[in-house]
Parts: sequence; structure tokens; C-alpha cells
Amino acid sequence: MVASSQAAAKTPKEITVGLAGNPNSGKTSMFNNLTGARQHVGNWPGVTVEKKEGRHIRDDVVVRVVDLPGTYSLGAFSEDEAVARNYILSGEPDLVINIVDASNLERNLYLTTQLMEMGANVVIALNMFDEAEKKQIRIDLEAMAGILGVPVVPTVAVRNKGTSELVAAAVGAAGKEPGRAFTIDYGKEAEPGIAKLEAALAGVETIKHLPARWVAVKLLEGDESIYGRVMQSPRAGEIIKLRDEVAAHIERVTGLDPESLFADRRYGFIGGLIRETVTRKSTVEDRLSVSDRIDRVVTNRLLGIPIFFLSMFAVFQFTFVLGGPLSGYVEAFFGWLGAVAGALIANELVASLVVDGIIGGVGSVLVFIPPIFLIFFAISLLEDSGYMARAAYVMDRFMHRLGLHGKSFIPLLVGFGCNVPAIMACRTLENRRDRMITILITPLMSCAARLPVYVLFVGVFFAAYQGLVIFSLYLLGIVLAIVMGVLFKRFLFKGEVSPFVMELPPYRVPTLKGVLIHMWERGWAFIKRAGTVIFSVVIIIWVLANLPAGVEFAGRESYLGAIGGFVAPVFAPLGFGTWEAAAALIFGLLAKEVVVGTFGVVYGIGEEGLAAAIQTYWTPLSAYAFMVMSLIYIPCVAAIATIKRETNSWRWTGFAVAYSLTLGWVMAFLVYQGGRLFGLG
Amino acid sequence: MLSSVLPLGFLAPGREAVVREVSGGKELRRRLGELGFVRGSVVRVVQSQSCGPLIISLGDGRVALGRGAAQKIMVEELDGRELDGRSPVK
Ligand SMILES: Nc1nc2c(ncn2[C@@H]2O[C@H](COP(=O)(O)OP(=O)(O)OP(=O)(O)O)[C@@H](O)[C@H]2O)c(=O)[nH]1
Ligand SMILES: [Mg+2]
Repeated sequence: MVASSQAAAKTPKEITVGLAGNPNSGKTSMFNNLTGARQHVGNWPGVTVEKKEGRHIRDDVVVRVVDLPGTYSLGAFSEDEAVARNYILSGEPDLVINIVDASNLERNLYLTTQLMEMGANVVIALNMFDEAEKKQIRIDLEAMAGILGVPVVPTVAVRNKGTSELVAAAVGAAGKEPGRAFTIDYGKEAEPGIAKLEAALAGVETIKHLPARWVAVKLLEGDESIYGRVMQSPRAGEIIKLRDEVAAHIERVTGLDPESLFADRRYGFIGGLIRETVTRKSTVEDRLSVSDRIDRVVTNRLLGIPIFFLSMFAVFQFTFVLGGPLSGYVEAFFGWLGAVAGALIANELVASLVVDGIIGGVGSVLVFIPPIFLIFFAISLLEDSGYMARAAYVMDRFMHRLGLHGKSFIPLLVGFGCNVPAIMACRTLENRRDRMITILITPLMSCAARLPVYVLFVGVFFAAYQGLVIFSLYLLGIVLAIVMGVLFKRFLFKGEVSPFVMELPPYRVPTLKGVLIHMWERGWAFIKRAGTVIFSVVIIIWVLANLPAGVEFAGRESYLGAIGGFVAPVFAPLGFGTWEAAAALIFGLLAKEVVVGTFGVVYGIGEEGLAAAIQTYWTPLSAYAFMVMSLIYIPCVAAIATIKRETNSWRWTGFAVAYSLTLGWVMAFLVYQGGRLFGLG
Repeated sequence: MLSSVLPLGFLAPGREAVVREVSGGKELRRRLGELGFVRGSVVRVVQSQSCGPLIISLGDGRVALGRGAAQKIMVEELDGRELDGRSPVK
């Protein structure tokens, strides 16, 4: 008791802690442990691209925890790394918890040395301690803490182990006065120059809270953001001149530019540290790990791409074979609910609102909960297993030839879940051109919200080939994304393909709990949308279907009919020039699920169900053309807003909308008219 | 026995080598440096095909490298056993 109150007296009431570390080291897993949040975790580098804040309360200390994107150094190549770096350099965090992957110490400690050199107050979490133990890597924690002069705590974030000890170490360290900044010896060729530059930097206002030695090192490395800060100083000219002299000297005597020399030296230091603190038993068999054996097959030149498409196909088969029948039950339930509500509610208008509007509109969307949950389940399996990064690897050979970047494939795959996080995931692309291209083509990936449209029509017209037909739509999305990517590259974003360098995480067996949590989180978000956005839109549609007063409900004369009818001629050459289809597409802009919701309102779910109405008013060909249109035309408003935010340009946002509309129209036209030529109409 | 220095992209699958030099543009060198491709680090080719990217084992991690990037890393082959358990090639 006494001890704890003493500690409390020394430590501030509120401390701010940043979680920094290499990509995929377990930062978000730890963040979730600390704050009870459910931020997205996945087994590939670059899951988190934004900083996220949460709180952890420990006795009487409030710990503000900030989860950051992963980064290999403070050099920041990509937008997500810049987020991490800017936060760490901002001086805002009192303390940095450095999440280190203990099963891959050497590379992870590189960032550690950088954090310590810049004078951050660091506590090290040796995460993935379980994997390190499995690899028989023994780490002498005390020796490591002694050499580095900071607390070192072993943790297993996925099993919430070591969290409490980590917080204790953090709270303890936050109260401490920072000692002398940690330094690395860069050798006799570089040290005198660094010292000179350090002296010259004394008193420069813009770098006041950073150690001058570290600034000198960063200047020599040519770090742009540090350069920028120094350039604001009135003495910039003199400092930069000295910097260039020192850099030239280092290059002359070592034959290396300062940056390479410093990286060598840092790894040299880390090598020494590891020799003193780590013992490992390793045999040839261990080194050819299970991961490598799997990669032999999965990333094989001949097998890689077939395996990718096969696994995608398996995902859709799984979703529909299991999801179809389940949807049937949900549909039957809403049909029954509608009948009961209709019978119970005396007031005709209210009954129509409930039955035609809410149950018809929202219910027809909720029918698709089973396949949507299943597809999220399957996506989570892909994400947690480590296959995502392999898919990017496999596709790179192909993409590279087309002038596109293999890493683009990760955002594209994320897009199967929802386009919004996918567009954000483009931040991990280092090169602006690659990033812009990927942002523009990501909306062609068929997100889960488009699934209801397919399932509805496929169930009616293509029941025998469900999986195959839906797979064809997903495939069409990918193919068009690549084709458009190539065109954009050729005409809008010319330039060399930037080098492909990407870490591959080890394969991990997804835990049932992890996968179920992912499925639930995303599926629940879908249900919430049904209860909020879709609910509201559906009510608007119902109102429009009832006005002007006295009109036949959902008739051609209603406002809804008028709006749809006004646009409908545009779609006539595509095979669905009805006002119902036009209205569905218009309102589908707000959220693509609403396409189905609109049909639910205008066709009614009645006795025979929505399927019967679809059967009457559509043909297989017009249905397929409509699905193609739904796939391609304008991403929903949420995606548009994200494109605006991420590109920071109305022009490109407008372009994304315009090209997808045009492309959707053209593709649907080709499908419908082509189909008619072959006598399918 | 002296072995020669060659670009990483030419190293056969299963072979180990020591990095001697990393060239290429500033950004690429920095990226490779922070991942641990520095002089003296030991690398092994896990996957390499006639064209397209490679998978390199570096320390305890695996890194996918485009062909272009791999050509910028000069390595010296370590002679010795095949590490991949494939039938030894003579
Ligand atoms: N075995 C094991 N796996 C872990 C541990 N911590 C995290 N993981 C797994 O490692 C993967 C990455 O975890 P995240 O928490 O997303 O990592 P991150 O550092 O936030 O990654 P980015 O956001 O991409 O930088 C996930 O598959 C986790 O389940 C651990 O202590 N042991
Ligand atoms: Mg994360």
C-alpha cells in the first residue's frame, strides 16, 4: 500500500503513451488489451493506417493509449508511416511503448534504436514471446534491459499475457526523469563530423525538444522532415553547408554514404546486443520453417495464381452453399412478420409503413445476413492466416508487367469486405502514383454490401450455378480494376513502377475466437447500418412511394415512380429501363444494400416473396446486366467521402464517380446487347 | 575457396549468401537498409522464379523483393550445404 501510494505521488495523474513498432508486431492487439477496444487486427503488415486513441485506467493513473501504424524506422516513406512518425516526433507522448516482435528481434530492434536515439522515453514490450519460445529463442531480459537502459517486458498480446506488467513498467517509467539520450557509436570516420554538426545545431529553435546529436545524424542521412525543420532556422545556410561537408567527408573515407554507414552501424550494434542477450538452438530443419514449405507451394510460379483464384472460388461456394438456405429461413421469417404486422395494425397507412416500408425494405436487406456473415468469416480466415501478403506477392509478377504495383493487391482484397477501409489501406503504398491508381480502382472490388443484389437475382435466375455466377461478378471486378489500373497508369500517372519490397508475415493458424470476433464486428456493423442508414432511406422511399396523396402505393404516378421514370430511359438500352430499377440504382448510391431495399418496398415481399416479383419483371439477361451495373457504378457515398479525404482532391473524386458510372453503363450495355445478339434475351 | 559477388536475383533457391553492397536509388536503399539488408547480413533465397519477385529469408523474417530491387543487392554466395532439403545439385 505504502509503496503504491509513493509511486502514485511520483507519477502524474494522466500519462500519454504511444504504441510504436514494426508493422504486424502486435500493436493493435496490445491496444485492444489495454483499452478494451476492438480495433482491427490482421496477420499482414499495414492493417492499421490511422492513429487511434483509447484509455486505460490503472489505480489512480489515467493512461491515454495511442495505437499507431507500423513503421520500420522513423524515415517514413508512406502516408501511414508518416502518421506514426509525426506522432512520435510531436512530443505529445510522455512515453513510447515499443512493441517488438521477439521472434524477429534483429529487424524490430532497428526501430528501437531509432526511438532511443531520438530521446524518447521507451518501454520495450517483447511481444510474440510465445513464438520466440517456440523457435527456441532464449532472451536474457535483464541483460537486455541493462544494455539498453530501459524496461523490457515479455508479452503475448493475443492471449493478453504480460499486459499488466507492461502497464506497471510504463507507469513507473513515465514518472522518471529522462537520462542522457542513448547513442550509437558511428565510428571514428563519422563521429567528429557528427559532433561538429551537433555543436552547430545548438540553439536552433525549431528542433528544441529533440536531441541535437540525433538531429545531426538525421541531417546527415538526408531526412526530409528534419531538413525542413532546420531550414526554418535563420542559420540554416551555414548548418546545411557544414552538413554537406561532413557527408562528403564520410563518403570519401568510408566509401559509403552516411545513411548506409549508419544503418550498418545500427545493425552492428543490434548484432552485438543479440549476441550478448539471446541464445538459440537452431538446426537446418528449423530454418526451413513450415512457413517456407507452405510458400514453396502457394507462391509457386505455376500454382500461385490458380491457388489464388481457387481459394476465392472456394470462398464464394462456401458463402452460398451455406448461406443460401439460411437466407431462406430469414426470408420466411420476415414474410411471416409482415403478415402478422399487417393483420394486427388497424390503421392502413401505419400498416403500410410497417409492412411495405420497414419490413419490406429493411427486412429484404437483413435476409442477406447469413451470406454476409459467412463472407466476413472467410475474409477473416484469409487475413489471419497470412495469405493476404502472399496473394500480393503472387500477383506482383503479373501486375508488374502491366506497370502496376503488387502491393496494390492488398487494398483490393480488403475491398471485398468494404471499400472504405480499402481506400484507406492505400496509404501503405509508398509511391503517390501507385496510391492514386489504387484508390481509383478499389471501388471496383465488390464489397459485401453489393452481395445482396447478387444473391437476390442469382437465387431467382441462376440457382443451379449460384457460386459460379457470383464468382464471375467478383472476377469481373478484379479484371476491370486491373484494366482500368493499366489505363490510368498509361494516361494519367505515367512513370516507372516503384520497387516492390514487402515483408511476408509467418503463416499463423487463425484462432476460432479471432475469426469469430472479426466476423461479428463487421457483420454487426452491417446490421447497424440496416437499422440506421438503410432504415432511414427506406422510410424516405416509402414516403416518396406514397406521395402525392391519394396515389396508388409505389405506382408509376408516385414521386418515387416519377424520379425513377425520369432516369429510366438512360437504362433502357441496358435491359432494365423500368422506373423501379432506376429508383433502386439512384437510392443505392446512399448505400448499396438499398438497391435491394428499394425492390423490397416497390415490389413488396408479400406472400410470394420478393423472388416472385423479380421473376415476373426481369429476365436472366437483364438481371445479369443489372448486377454488372450495381457492381461497377459509383461507389456509395461513404466511399466517395473517403476518396475525397484520401486524395484530398475534388477533381479526382469527381473523376472516380464519373468514370465508374460510364464504365458501369458501358459494361452493362455490352452484356445486355451482346447477350441479345447471341439470342440470350 | 573464393566465391564471386553476384546480384541477389541470380542466387538459386535454397542458397545462402552474405550481403556485400546495396545500390540503387536513395529511397530503395533506405527501405532495404531499415529492413536489414546491410553489409554483412546473411540472406537465403526461399523462392525465386525465372521472372517476378523473390522471397528472401533475412534473419527471422521473410521479405518479398521485386526482381529490380533484388538486382540492386550484391551478395557473396556462402558455399556449403543446400538448406532446403531438396536433392543436392552438383
Ligand atoms: N503468436 C502471437 N501472435 C500475435 C501476438 N500478438 C499479435 N499476434 C498476431 O499478430 C498479427 C498482427 O497483430 P496486430 O495487432 O494487427 O499487429 P499490428 O502491430 O497492429 O500491425 P499493423 O497495424 O499492421 O502495424 C495478428 O495476426 C495477431 O493475431 C502474440 O503475442 N503472439
Ligand atoms: Mg495495427
